[in-house]
Order: sequence, then structure tokens, then C-alpha cells
Amino acid sequence: MGPPPELRTGCDLVIEFPLVEQLNILRVLEENSITPMEAVPVDNPLLKPVDLFQTRDYGRYLMVRAANMKLTIDKETLKIVNISGGGCPDVPYLGASLVGKDIRQAPPPKEVGHTLCGYALQLAYEEMMRQCSL
Amino acid sequence: MLALIGTIPKKDFPLVSGTAALNGNSVSMDSHSIPINRGTPALVAAASMACDALGLPAPFSFLVGDIGLGDGSRKLYEHLKAHLPSMDARVIAFHYLQPDVDWHNQVLWALEEKGNLPVLIADAGYMYVAKMSGFAGTYDLFTPDIGELAFLADELAPHPFYTRGFILHEEDNVPKLVKMAFEGKNAASTLLIKGPKDYICTKEGIVATVDVPCVEALEPIGGTGDTLSGVVAALTYGGHPMAKAATIAAKVNRLAGKLANPTPATQVAEIIKEIPKALETILDDVE
Repeated sequence: MGPPPELRTGCDLVIEFPLVEQLNILRVLEENSITPMEAVPVDNPLLKPVDLFQTRDYGRYLMVRAANMKLTIDKETLKIVNISGGGCPDVPYLGASLVGKDIRQAPPPKEVGHTLCGYALQLAYEEMMRQCSL
Repeated sequence: MLALIGTIPKKDFPLVSGTAALNGNSVSMDSHSIPINRGTPALVAAASMACDALGLPAPFSFLVGDIGLGDGSRKLYEHLKAHLPSMDARVIAFHYLQPDVDWHNQVLWALEEKGNLPVLIADAGYMYVAKMSGFAGTYDLFTPDIGELAFLADELAPHPFYTRGFILHEEDNVPKLVKMAFEGKNAASTLLIKGPKDYICTKEGIVATVDVPCVEALEPIGGTGDTLSGVVAALTYGGHPMAKAATIAAKVNRLAGKLANPTPATQVAEIIKEIPKALETILDDVE
């Protein structure tokens, strides 16, 4: 989920949980070396990640866009041929890591990326896998 | 001076500044060779190529390694705050940096303290943070694609990842999204919107559109937005008013793309090579 305005610093992600579970949840996160920047109560609904996808068929190539990220594969070879869009610094890194690889063997973007753009590319990747029945 | 600012997708790439040299499919600076695949290296290559074709001094780049952890970006923000104001740049293009509102504001305020803000162009992550900071109107140009325009139009979204669905559904209604972005004070004074049809807009509305040549294969090619930003930065540095520079750049980018005879699998370095020829052709038509 997206943080409320008073907590935003840049490329942010929040996890929503029932307040009554706070101690248990913080303990589990700490045991797994995942320390949240802050744990705060919120009153208003939080922004949700995008859940709309745009698909474009270029014949031999298929492009899926999620939010600001586009993933294109060669339908014959299932190779990732291009990654575009986005603005966080892991986008060029994701491009260098994934382009040219078979989408079935390439690491999912969530294993390589670190930012919301990387997360958006993960959603495009999952939608591509779904559309190609992989 | 035209200053270009962004990141390199290599973890251990140090902070460097200077003039980049083009060598085929890579740019080099301070003995570092950087492949031109997409991102800031593509921006640097395109701007350098365009400056050379326009007879302008080569751009001065500030680069640092960052793979998305934000460590390199923070180092660069700090360096910019200390050094950028004294560089007396006439045009600054900010590009792939990890969005960080606090550091963004410190860099902007340092430039403002110096007086007479240079022409400010923000693309990619810097456009996101410029919008989130509430200082979008201080910028002279943003270069969103259609999805990013929806983000600018959504006054609540801090990142395109959170653009609300009812606004994303309006993606075919560019004039409405442009109006929302300007009314919410979330737009630079000029927007160059990249898409099947490119729109050049100010708060008065759409001032130009560019849809030829139509090369459908360009959309999926990573880096074509970066080359567009590089060309518009060079044209602005050459003295063209912003909206005119954006219109010419949109035509040049399309023509360069066409000259490369691309497929969706083409890499952007092939398109960058065609920029001088495309620039010459379009400028001949304009003049």
C-alpha cells in the first residue's frame, strides 16, 4: 500500500496490519532482519498498487504495461526483448539483467529490483506469464 | 553549460563528473566505459550526439552507480547540493535518481539561493520526486509517457505505482489528464507527453502534437524516452524556446527511430546513431 502524505519520503511501500497485532508483527519482522522505518496508526484509506494492465500485440512480439513499466517478449522464443518506462535507478539495472533471457528462466523482477518501479515490472511479468499460460 | 544528472546501473560505479566521450555503443568518462542500453547513458549519448550536430559544447554529466538501493543517488544529491549551483549551468536535465523528497528540496533550494534558476528539465525518477515535492511548477519541462501523465493528473499519487484506477481509465483522454495535472499544480510549465501521438502542452492547453512518422515498434524499446529527453535538452541549450524545442525533439526522435528500421527487439543504441541525420532533416524543414 502507499503511505499517507505525512510519511512519504520518495519511493515508499507500507504494509497494513491490525494495530492489535503490532508487537507480534514487529517481533517477526525483526527476527527476519526486516526493520520497518516506522510503525504508525493511520485513519484514512491507503492508496493501493495499480491493478490495471495494458497489453499490445505486435504480431511476433507482445508487450504488457503495468503502471509505468513495460515488458516485451518475443512470442516465438519467449525471450524478453525489451524493458522500458519507469524512473527509479533499478530500471536500467533490471533491463541489463533480464533483456535477452528466456522469461521462463529469467529471475522474476522482484528478485532483482528494489523499488516501486521494480515492483510494477513484477506485476507486468506476472501478467505476461498469465497471458502466455507459463 | 548543459548539465546532465543521473545514475548508472552498476553497484560499484563511483561518482564522476565531466564530459563523456562516445565510443560506438558505449560512453566513456574518467576511464569508465558505460554501455548505452537505456537510462541515463542513453540520455548522455543522445544529448552529446545532438549537441555535436548543433555545434554546441558537449554536455557536462554528473553520474553515479545505483541499482535501486538509493545509496548512489543520495551521494549524488549531496554532491549536487554542494557543487551544482556554482557550475552556472544554463540548462539542467535531471534523470534516473532514486526519488527522495528531502534531498530534492535541498538541491532545488541551493540552486534558488544562487539566484536566476537555470532551465530545469526533469524526467524519470526526478520527475516523480519533483511532483511529490510540490515544486513541480518550478520546472520548465517534464517528459511523461501516458501512464506517467495519469500519475501527474492524480493529486494523491506519490508514485505511478499508486495511480488510482479511475484516473488510469482516462488514459485515452489526454486533454483531460493534462488539465488535471496543471490544475493540481503537478505539472512543469511545459509537458512533452510521449505516446502514439506526442503532445506538447502548457497551462494554456495543447500547443502542438506530433504523430509522424508513426513507428509503432518504438514504444516497447527501452531508452527511447531517454533519447527524447537528451535531444530536447540539447535543443533548449541551443536557445530554442521550450515548447518549440519539445516539438522539434519529438519529430527528431521519431525520425531517428524510423531511420533505424526498428522492431520491438531493437536496442536504443541503433536509434541514437541516427540522431544527427534526423536532426538535420527536421531542422531543415523547420527553417
